[in-house]
Amino acid sequence: MATEDHVEQPAADQPEGGVRRRDFLNIAAVSVAGVGGVIAILPLVNQMNPSADVLALASIDVDLSAVEPGQTIKTTWRKQPLFIRHLTADEIAEARAVDVSALRDPQSLEDRTAEGHEQWLISLAVCTHLGCIPLGAAPGENKGEYGGYFCPCHGSHYDTAGRIRKGPAPTNLVVPEYEFTSDTTVTIG
Amino acid sequence: MSFPWAEQYTPKNPFMKWMDERLPLPRLVYNSVGAGYPVPRNLNYFWNFGVLAGLALVIQIVTGVVLAMHYAANSEIAFASVEHIMRDVNSGWLMRYLHANGASFFFIVVYIHIFRGLYFGSYKAPREMVWLLGLVIFLLMMATAFMGYVLPWGQMSFWGAQVITGLFAAIPLVGETVQQWLLGGFAPDNAALNRFFSLHYLLPFVIAGCIILHIWALHLPGSNNPTGIDVKGPQDTIPFHPYYTAKDGFGAGVFLIALSIMVFFAPNFLGHADNYIEANPLSTPAHIVPEWYLLPFYAILRAFTVDFLLPAKLWGVLAMFGSILLLFFLPWLDKSPVRSGKYRPQFKIWFWVLVVDVLVLGYCGGAPAEEPYVMISQVAAMYYFAHFLIILPLISRTERPLPLPNSITEAVLGKDKSTAQPVAAE
Repeated sequence: MATEDHVEQPAADQPEGGVRRRDFLNIAAVSVAGVGGVIAILPLVNQMNPSADVLALASIDVDLSAVEPGQTIKTTWRKQPLFIRHLTADEIAEARAVDVSALRDPQSLEDRTAEGHEQWLISLAVCTHLGCIPLGAAPGENKGEYGGYFCPCHGSHYDTAGRIRKGPAPTNLVVPEYEFTSDTTVTIG
Repeated sequence: MSFPWAEQYTPKNPFMKWMDERLPLPRLVYNSVGAGYPVPRNLNYFWNFGVLAGLALVIQIVTGVVLAMHYAANSEIAFASVEHIMRDVNSGWLMRYLHANGASFFFIVVYIHIFRGLYFGSYKAPREMVWLLGLVIFLLMMATAFMGYVLPWGQMSFWGAQVITGLFAAIPLVGETVQQWLLGGFAPDNAALNRFFSLHYLLPFVIAGCIILHIWALHLPGSNNPTGIDVKGPQDTIPFHPYYTAKDGFGAGVFLIALSIMVFFAPNFLGHADNYIEANPLSTPAHIVPEWYLLPFYAILRAFTVDFLLPAKLWGVLAMFGSILLLFFLPWLDKSPVRSGKYRPQFKIWFWVLVVDVLVLGYCGGAPAEEPYVMISQVAAMYYFAHFLIILPLISRTERPLPLPNSITEAVLGKDKSTAQPVAAE
């Protein structure tokens, strides 16, 4: 067998159509090892993503029956603070009176609340600038020039719909996904 | 640290030249596992297992670091945190099964590596230090594996910790004090779990350091080879790269396939179901055994059942530690100047008897402590010591070795004429 090979292919190293058998094997072997190595890294990276138990706590139920108009409650959702604000009729009217197209992040009050539940403004209590918690939830706190929230870190002013009106924050306060399961209970996340 | 005909490292790229004068790391790699390290041309596949052991250590460290990101070393929640890894953490099951089976594979390749050394006389001059460092690594591995097995805080973890630390209680006078010091209490608990976790994280890096010394000591005389005879000239060697990098790469592929088969199709085959029950200090499992790789030593421990001058318990502990310490004296117990078992007709037979003996010990270590296994363990343990203390010294004096080939090249090419003279064959 060895002798036969020698006769037909005087040397396996000789180029055949410009490709040496050894080059092909080398590239094939190194490619398989390389692709395999990269694939092996994927689970090593992915293991640092939020685990199933963290994601399982991603939705909460809140009972709103005790929240009076004008009152704001703070809760936590996905380990982040959350504002749930019961807007007064005046605050709703004020939010609706604004010219949406003139805003930095144009959204109407209706865009930011659930249909039929416009009095409930639910937003993350995380300033979209650099992540501080804005003031304006507890009684007596500075609500800012537009009567909503005011972030003391770098002076962002939010209005009664949680929209950015003045200061460095680029976007409105984030409104999470939520759904009213009855008139007074809401499932967030 | 090589043969004079080794390829010289000559960087051509200006950056590599600049680098070579400041931090000659590429030169070190080139001279250690590159073209600058000449290796006997006749190494067989048993010489893959050193590199495979290194690969196994890398897998253990990588998966271990990942597991430590999710594990909690607290006796209240350790068991739950392991289940959290198995169920909640992304790919956590893969990391844990790789780590658990990786430990077994590490021992498999190291045992083959050790028996390779025993058969081909790799422990003899001038490689005694390689052998001694290898034994240190083996001891560190056993300590690391034992402590790692405690971490899931299952029933086998707990009772393993109880039994192994109980070995130290056999030391006369200070035994109990030593055991309490090791555990940080009167029984395995949070203190023991925490220190075991700390040391389980530390020791693999100590092992890595010992491996560097092991390789350093090896590269002074260079690798042994299946004939056991010294390299005589350039015709006896080939460069490590590409020849042995390719051969080791192939071996690594086979190793990874075997590991994958275990991880994906039989991940708990080598484990114990009892370790999926949380540790309970009030109930011992009916049949308590260590992991398979410690079974031969466990059999020696249990082989002593009668008090003779010393308590039987102490004899068992002494014999178990002695069975490993004995190996440190092996280079001076076997005085035969011939290294490879290939040319030692007597030694070859006894070598295989030893292999069978260790397998028998392993089987008895996993069997219940009752007859006939106790008696078989006693006979097998006796043979183990007799092999190293009586048989090897004796046959190294009386045996008449087969004639050795004049050189590695002659041994290799004499075997197959067609490759020796390809021109003539044509």
